[in-house]
Amino acid sequence: MSTATTSVPTTTQAKALALAYVLRIGDACLIHGQRLAEWCGHAPVLEEDIALTNIALDHIGQTRLVLTLAGRLEGRGRDEDALAYLRGEHEFRNPTMLELPNGDFGRTVLRAYLWSAYMGVLWQALTTSSNADLAAIAAKSLKECRYHQRHAADWVVRLGDGTDESHRRVSTALNDLWPYCAEWFAADEVDEAAAATGLGPSWQSLAPAWQAIVLPLLNNAGLTPPEDTPFRSTGMQGRHSEHMGYLLAEMQSLARAFPGAVW
Amino acid sequence: MSKLLAAPLTERAAWETLGRVLDPEVPVLSVVELGIVRELDVQSGKVCVTVTPTYSGCPATEVIRDAIVVALQQAGAEEVVVHTRLSPPWTTDWIAPEAGEKLRRYGIAPPHLAGQALASQPLRFHPRDLQCPRCDSTHTEQLSAFGSTACKSLYRCLDCCEPFEYFKPL
Repeated sequence: MSTATTSVPTTTQAKALALAYVLRIGDACLIHGQRLAEWCGHAPVLEEDIALTNIALDHIGQTRLVLTLAGRLEGRGRDEDALAYLRGEHEFRNPTMLELPNGDFGRTVLRAYLWSAYMGVLWQALTTSSNADLAAIAAKSLKECRYHQRHAADWVVRLGDGTDESHRRVSTALNDLWPYCAEWFAADEVDEAAAATGLGPSWQSLAPAWQAIVLPLLNNAGLTPPEDTPFRSTGMQGRHSEHMGYLLAEMQSLARAFPGAVW
Repeated sequence: MSKLLAAPLTERAAWETLGRVLDPEVPVLSVVELGIVRELDVQSGKVCVTVTPTYSGCPATEVIRDAIVVALQQAGAEEVVVHTRLSPPWTTDWIAPEAGEKLRRYGIAPPHLAGQALASQPLRFHPRDLQCPRCDSTHTEQLSAFGSTACKSLYRCLDCCEPFEYFKPL
């Protein structure tokens, strides 16, 4: 990690809020990376197998940087591995959408598109973070994110504007996934504290920029998002769907069975 | 050979040593040509190397760090410290132009051929007029957006029919 100066919040409450904000980002990278990696050896064609796992690898690399930073903000000596492999379900702060099962290929690339379009906006805003480390991670990740977004966008248009069957599948996926996007933009005290201290933008404030990217592309793909509903998922508060426990059980099994294992 | 008799490692010798440490995934380019060695500080046997990694998830990062330490120790450094610096982020613009030519001879279309900064490329479209590194034809098509490593994508030349890799601009 860089040796640039890092502003560390002083009060316990401020520290907890900053930590939660950074964990939301790091956990999102980790859990989405884990889901994408499940495609390894299973994608419809070899090229997509390679693409999805390459994107997963970028996510895991970003996770390592962000969780290392989170461990430093927390100040309890936990490193990236301790945070990834030794936390319980309720301590993870990723948005719920990213932990949902992959479903078919169309659903996977649609989710990757919706999320990478958002991460593009978020990383861009984080490049001016008051935390120099987070700003550096963001500037780096933004470049990688553009390739993820481009690849997923290609597929969303191809499937949405493809055969009746591909349209039906990706359209169903959009109806299912869209309500989970609302969670990203539901402001809370974590969001407000980050905006106030300059750690990062309030996620709520990024909604218009995200919609300005996503809605025209969905339109190109012949897809219409469903009407907004009152449903709000709560993964970012640490309350996850029934799928999260199974994901963690698989992801953490080796580290928990062999504590301290290295290779 | 006794270390007492060996001359202390100079900064120039350290750079030359790193110029022979190859990237394990693109074994025609040294870590210096790849542009990931940002600074080198040599003081009485102690060498500090500042490295900026390519992709966040690049599995070669740790292999490269170890190779740098071993090479400098063999060249006579008593202590080697490798720092990682993320900002400014690594860009393919840091690959030296002559290194781009090495890539092309190795069969990888270098990022410089695309000629446009990543930020100014339309987000939805892939470069279509890449030059085939074997026959120079620009009649080529993309086979796969991602290749054997995160930094490359796979293309095919429609004239000589050979597949080739393209080092994506970052």
